Amino acid sequence: MCQSSSIPRLHQKAIGDEVSDAKPAAPSPAHLAQQARAKTPVEVTGAQSLVLSLEAMDVDTVFGIPGGAILPAYDPLLDSVKVRHILVRHEQGAGHAAEGYASATGKVGVCMATSGPGATNLVTPIADAHMDSVPMVAITGQVSSASIGTDAFQEADIRGITMPITKHNYLVTNADDIPRVIAEAFHIASTGRPGPVLVDISKDALQSRTTFSWPPKYDLPGYRPVARPHSKQIREAARLIAEAKRPVLYVGGGIIRGHASDELRTFVELTQIPVVTTLMARGAVADSHPLHLGMPGMHGSVAAVTALQKSDLLITLGARFDDRVTGQLSTFAPGAKVIHADVDPAEISKNRAADVPIVGDCKDVITDLIDAVRADREAGRTGDYDAWRQETLQWKATYPLGYSAPEDDVSVAPQYVIERLGAIAGPEATYVAGVGQHQMWAAQFVQYERPNSWINSGGLGTMGFAVPAAMGAKVAEPARTVWAIDGDGCFQMTNQELATCVINDIPIKVAVINNSSLGMVRQWQSLFYNERYSNTDLHTSVGRRIPDFVKLAEAYGCVGLRCERPEDVDATIRKAMEINDVPVVVDFVVHRDAMVWPMVPAGVSNDDIQIARNMTPTWERED
Amino acid sequence: MSKHTLSVLVENKPGVLARIAALFSRRGFNIDSLAVGPTEHPEISRMTVVVDVDELPLEQVTKQLNKLVEVLKVVELEGPASVQREILLVKIRTDLQNRSHVLETVQLFRAKVVDVTSDALTIEVTGNRDKLNAFLEVLEPFGIKELVQSGMVAIGRGSRSITDRALRSA
Repeated sequence: MCQSSSIPRLHQKAIGDEVSDAKPAAPSPAHLAQQARAKTPVEVTGAQSLVLSLEAMDVDTVFGIPGGAILPAYDPLLDSVKVRHILVRHEQGAGHAAEGYASATGKVGVCMATSGPGATNLVTPIADAHMDSVPMVAITGQVSSASIGTDAFQEADIRGITMPITKHNYLVTNADDIPRVIAEAFHIASTGRPGPVLVDISKDALQSRTTFSWPPKYDLPGYRPVARPHSKQIREAARLIAEAKRPVLYVGGGIIRGHASDELRTFVELTQIPVVTTLMARGAVADSHPLHLGMPGMHGSVAAVTALQKSDLLITLGARFDDRVTGQLSTFAPGAKVIHADVDPAEISKNRAADVPIVGDCKDVITDLIDAVRADREAGRTGDYDAWRQETLQWKATYPLGYSAPEDDVSVAPQYVIERLGAIAGPEATYVAGVGQHQMWAAQFVQYERPNSWINSGGLGTMGFAVPAAMGAKVAEPARTVWAIDGDGCFQMTNQELATCVINDIPIKVAVINNSSLGMVRQWQSLFYNERYSNTDLHTSVGRRIPDFVKLAEAYGCVGLRCERPEDVDATIRKAMEINDVPVVVDFVVHRDAMVWPMVPAGVSNDDIQIARNMTPTWERED
Repeated sequence: MSKHTLSVLVENKPGVLARIAALFSRRGFNIDSLAVGPTEHPEISRMTVVVDVDELPLEQVTKQLNKLVEVLKVVELEGPASVQREILLVKIRTDLQNRSHVLETVQLFRAKVVDVTSDALTIEVTGNRDKLNAFLEVLEPFGIKELVQSGMVAIGRGSRSITDRALRSA
């Protein structure tokens, strides 16, 4: 292209930029893909190599926004028949959508953004995916390699920025590395403990010529993600299980990410040990299962929290003793021995020392445990948990989750809305929550019967997660009803993705649980700050409606509905269920003083669980 | 808290030092000393990290290090079973009167004079932390003008090599 060596270097570069920004007169992507499938190396640009690599990884959807540095990649993307790019309205939406997509299916979610602000806008979803072990690949454009380090326009060291919040990340400045790095990124994101991988590609790497061939050779000598569970540890675990009197299965998100629900169900049936499912594991065991005691933790059920506290053996599967589960760590489950199985060795004995550590994929661990427990039984060693099981079921019966109707008799209880939503939409729907009171109520009052039916931001607690994540989940499984259960605070952080949903025919449903405030913060102000409501009033229903969510929905081309009376709740939900061609937003105006109960205040022992304000369970009933 | 010496074998790739240093800081550990250099295998670098930490957190940081994709191996080198060395360069103010005293100290510590001017001596000394501290204590009264120390490097005693095993598992 620039044969004349008499052209000054700068000028030459400018010409090069212009030429490769334009559409390359190359063979069609279909043609290239055909050649690539035949494993013949093809001559392409780095950008084409990227798109071909994504196609080779069977990526069907990318959420993103173009910009200067990533622009070369968007050109071949236009011609790809396999990769659907969904243009979002904010990069954070792209990241959460990729998370929603990944959480609904277990496949790797993909998002794309340009350099600088595009990349930094991905930081929140990347951190979110890191905390919740979501398999995700984020692709960002970077300024040309010659400009890196010069504070160039839209330059940000996104690799440096995301080092602590990714499982791994890359900066690619040589086009030849693109297929290998993409293959490695997907491998790392999806194996072992899943997580986000960022691939930052400089603009010149996207523009330069390279050859593409698939599969690329890669070697990750320092990455050995999955170990077979150690048979000695499995036998030791089985021995503790047979000897225990008060065992509890403490089940975490690892069961969901590890697709181990079926194995877990078999194990529960076999052992008849009571189960608790953490916030990340809702649906791992059906809520209707008689041995399921509910969710443990700060807003867990009395039965789940108490069972852990009084247990003599925690069989911990893919959970990580998070502070929201343990409360004050030193008083958590004081009498329990701990079996801790996790695919990530660093989780074991991080917060609570394990008596039997088992490193391995949950599916393998449970399969091996089933065999070991069966073998023990054949040898006459069977655990006897009858008395304990009756005790836990007694707690479950005595202290079910509940709520009281608002005292005024006219306003709507938020819990009621969510309970009815779950009942009407049913267990085959997917429920995606934001963060706050509505999230806890959604975790408590929807019956989850299958894994991946509950998607939320657990570890990072990212407000604004629901709408874009629901969009991603709906794209992944278009046949399912997807309800975003959102708060009025959360909804205002990311509702611009409704435009994306309308334009791309992604008919999600959004239930805004509108209490006109940052409800969870307000609850803490009620309980711990003498009802001094500093900066938690959002004016979205009480006094004023800024904004009017129905009008906002309509402005986006969605259907907007409003429900302000308890007697209208069912009819409104049913109406929303009937609309399947466009997104629906329902403004459920609810009572603002409703609180999430039970509650274990932060830093307090789980023994001090309150079922309502200043009310603790009366344990005298036990004897 | 007690001092622990970790040998970390890593892939020789850009950014790996930043990754490791950042991991220590974000998990709340202070690095006492850090030395990085090539090994007998060009694709592998070796870091020697000295941290002041209790046994349990040390286990946690070791596991976190092992999770880094570019980390091949982490080995703790126990004091008596390994050789640990630092290098120190120090510039001492000298005149005709005290120069011989300084040179005597250099002899005693089996140190080396690497540069001489009429009013200063630059001395190189190698050893473990205790020896270097003792050396500095003796030199202090003469007047230390400038001082620079390397991080500690350490290697296990005996015939076994940790790099061989890292390569095999790779």
